[in-house]
Amino acid sequence: MALLSKKDANLILDPLADNNPITIQVLGICSALAITAELKASVVMALSVIFVLGLGNVVISLMRNIIPSKIRIIVQLIVIATLVIIVDQVLKAFAYELSKTLAVFVGLIITNCIIMGRFEAFALGNGPWRSFLDGIGNALGYGVILIIVGFFRELLGSGTLFGYPVLGDPIAKTGLYATGYENNGFMIIPPAALIVVGVIIWVQRSRNRALIEEN
Amino acid sequence: MAINTEKNVYTVLFAAVMVAVVGTILAFAASGLKPLIKENERFEKQQNILYAMGVNENSDEGSVSFIPTSEVESTFSEYITRQIVVRDGEITEDPEAYLIDMKKQLNLAKDGETPSLPVMIGEKDGKTYYVIPMYGKGLWDAIWGHMAIDENMVVQGVYFDHKGETPGLGANIKARYFMDDFSGESLLNNGRYAGISVAKGNNDPLNQDKDDNQVDALAGATITGNGITAMISETLYLYKDYLESIRTQ
Repeated sequence: MALLSKKDANLILDPLADNNPITIQVLGICSALAITAELKASVVMALSVIFVLGLGNVVISLMRNIIPSKIRIIVQLIVIATLVIIVDQVLKAFAYELSKTLAVFVGLIITNCIIMGRFEAFALGNGPWRSFLDGIGNALGYGVILIIVGFFRELLGSGTLFGYPVLGDPIAKTGLYATGYENNGFMIIPPAALIVVGVIIWVQRSRNRALIEEN
Repeated sequence: MAINTEKNVYTVLFAAVMVAVVGTILAFAASGLKPLIKENERFEKQQNILYAMGVNENSDEGSVSFIPTSEVESTFSEYITRQIVVRDGEITEDPEAYLIDMKKQLNLAKDGETPSLPVMIGEKDGKTYYVIPMYGKGLWDAIWGHMAIDENMVVQGVYFDHKGETPGLGANIKARYFMDDFSGESLLNNGRYAGISVAKGNNDPLNQDKDDNQVDALAGATITGNGITAMISETLYLYKDYLESIRTQ
């Protein structure tokens, strides 16, 4: 027996490819541009969003029948902000080092459109378990793109991965740099992320023509 | 369930209850965890000061590593021999000078009042270090740090930190390769105070020229770098009389 029914499994698998929040729904672009200059930051952000979106979707789903529709957006915002602040405070008290790493992401998580988008589109109309899967799936789809973008930007922009020099030393001219290769400074500024995301969208749509919208 | 969630009364009630519940949860979390958080912040300050003095556990790998939190208190009292507060030229001893909030002191100075300026004096291998706390602003939010200097006005080490600079760009002010460049850099230029600026065009990426009052900037982080430059000169300006009194050349 499968762990998840086919319908449930699709909740996780769809956002990873054919319904990806970044490349198909074009949500969460802001943070995808802002923090992908380094692979490490991409991974931290991906993990944080998996946590907040998974938990937030469950909370909203449990509350879905009592939330007044007139103020649902602000209720969603309060749920996200509360979750993030509590996590931030607990980490500050018990895992201070980790909280220092995460501090800059707190604001980016609260304003992440994917989180609001999933609350609004899914958790308000579905049960907690399915909402949880949907949250995890979308956050993974978001995280995968973040990590791909982070990989290329850090490799081409700084010649490192997770901070480790993989192409040699650009100043002492060792490794690949001995052949005249240079780091591309453009890759570490945010517009480069837009180009990398654009290339991913291009590749994805050429492989699956069904994704191309008819005009 | 037969609740009419469209009614205005319900909406207002829901909002009120939600605010009360969330407010209570957050208030409890904040006040319950405060002592632990305060303690962590105090240890962090001690670690930063020791780091600037070169008391740290850095290896060759290029990452920052502090004295462990469990040992930092005893290490701090071992290396920091005196803590003083300079106020209007008068020096008073204060064993908790390192906890003074530099942001407040800089604001006092800006308003024309007299700031209380802390200096942590440390000793390591027979050499005296004067550690000065700094505070300024980067691109998005606050930046701060500690700078250890000696009697010759040569920087012995720094530690910078920030609240919300962009990861991968401005956030790298706390990376080893940036902070290490400050060590050995002189604050003086022909006997006059020149500070240290974060320069984009100094053409010295390995930072071999220690007398040019410049360190190599971070690509993509111009404003954060300018913030560091401004922070150093603004803070040291307040300390100028004290620095003059300890300067030997």
